[in-house]
Amino acid sequence: MAPYAPVGIYLVVALAAALLFTGLPGLLGRRKPNPQKSDPYECGVEPTSALGGRFPVRFYLIAMLFVVFDVEAASFYPWAVQMHALRLFGLFEMVIFVIVLAIGYAYVWKKGGFQWR
Amino acid sequence: MPIWLVVLVKSGILLFVVITTFAYAMLAERKVMGWMQLRPGPNRVGPWGLLQPAADAAKLMLKEDLMPRTADPLIYRLAPFLSLLTAFSVYAIIPFGASSAGTWAIGNVNAGVLFLLAITSLGVYGISLGGWASGSKYPLLGSVRATAQMISYELAMGLSFIGVLILAGTTSLDGIVNAQQRLWFFIPQFVAFVVYVITAVAETNRSPFDLVEAETELVAGFHTEYSGLRFGLFFIAEYVNMLTVSCIASLLFLGGWNAPFGWTWVPGIVWFLLKVGFFMFFYIWLRSTLPRFRYDRLMAFGWKVLLPIATLNLLVTAVVVAVWS
Repeated sequence: MAPYAPVGIYLVVALAAALLFTGLPGLLGRRKPNPQKSDPYECGVEPTSALGGRFPVRFYLIAMLFVVFDVEAASFYPWAVQMHALRLFGLFEMVIFVIVLAIGYAYVWKKGGFQWR
Repeated sequence: MPIWLVVLVKSGILLFVVITTFAYAMLAERKVMGWMQLRPGPNRVGPWGLLQPAADAAKLMLKEDLMPRTADPLIYRLAPFLSLLTAFSVYAIIPFGASSAGTWAIGNVNAGVLFLLAITSLGVYGISLGGWASGSKYPLLGSVRATAQMISYELAMGLSFIGVLILAGTTSLDGIVNAQQRLWFFIPQFVAFVVYVITAVAETNRSPFDLVEAETELVAGFHTEYSGLRFGLFFIAEYVNMLTVSCIASLLFLGGWNAPFGWTWVPGIVWFLLKVGFFMFFYIWLRSTLPRFRYDRLMAFGWKVLLPIATLNLLVTAVVVAVWS
């Protein structure tokens, strides 16, 4: 069998197990609905304001930085596996790549991109 | 028996083992934390509290299935399912012993490390969607925090693997373990090992990186609005993820099923499970020792300390391999 066929079979079993666990609470639990029970939790008081509104922009910045650096990190993998064959050539190539990466990293650091204020 | 049936039976057994391990990891955590705090821990249900997991499971299953009226019904139910599915899926490729006989793993794929990274990074969806779909304030804050924390530490985690890949020259988990027959990688890759252990704790949202749950400020964070078995699913996923990162640490850095000191008379699976067990204990130990991080320091630590260290480590490894290999 191809190496991924057993993986596929296992994933189907895992999917079935996860579906079973997700379906159980609807079947087993007793239901006594009550308006208070379906209030969103807010330390026991009436919810004071609507959800949403303003949100710190830092989280968006983190998300963008993640995309940038993670895509670059992904390009390390094929290189790393072939390092024994590439030797010095691979090393120089990657040093140049890391220098470019480091310039961007230093810029973000200087601009306060990693500072949580 | 046809081979697909063998795989099916093996998958079923493996899942059963994983779930049982979750149940007893949870009991072990409560017991060990109890001893560390000079109290007995759970000891009422069965001898030494050994039936406690069964009692907890029965209780969670029979609880009422609550959902806040502000929640998005579909995504609210989807989120714990996603968490659980990604937590289970990783075991499709984790080998528990040498694959020469093909007995101790479900699938032996040559892109093992990439598969691991791909699946484990999906775990963040369950948490971020769960908090968002609850339509409540604490879960929303908790899930946004969790997402930012998990993606930040995932970066350093991915980079810490690269030193190992350079030394092993393969991404197959089986190949990486075989490459460690003479020297376990935590010695030449000690920096990467430390970075990995720190990021692993952060990725699984465990103390001291449990800002996601932060009882004192966020009231359990992303799963505040979840009760009964749906809360239980997040709980299972968290412990299964702990087990997963312990397995990865053993495979990539601690030599997997290779025996230390040439004690090969003990079967490889025993060594592997001992190493995994050590990591699980280490988790509990951390939890009862360290206080929680502050959020700004957590993010600064991930981006300003772990990321450059991991990158430097991979460069130094590459230089050593290029010059002396």
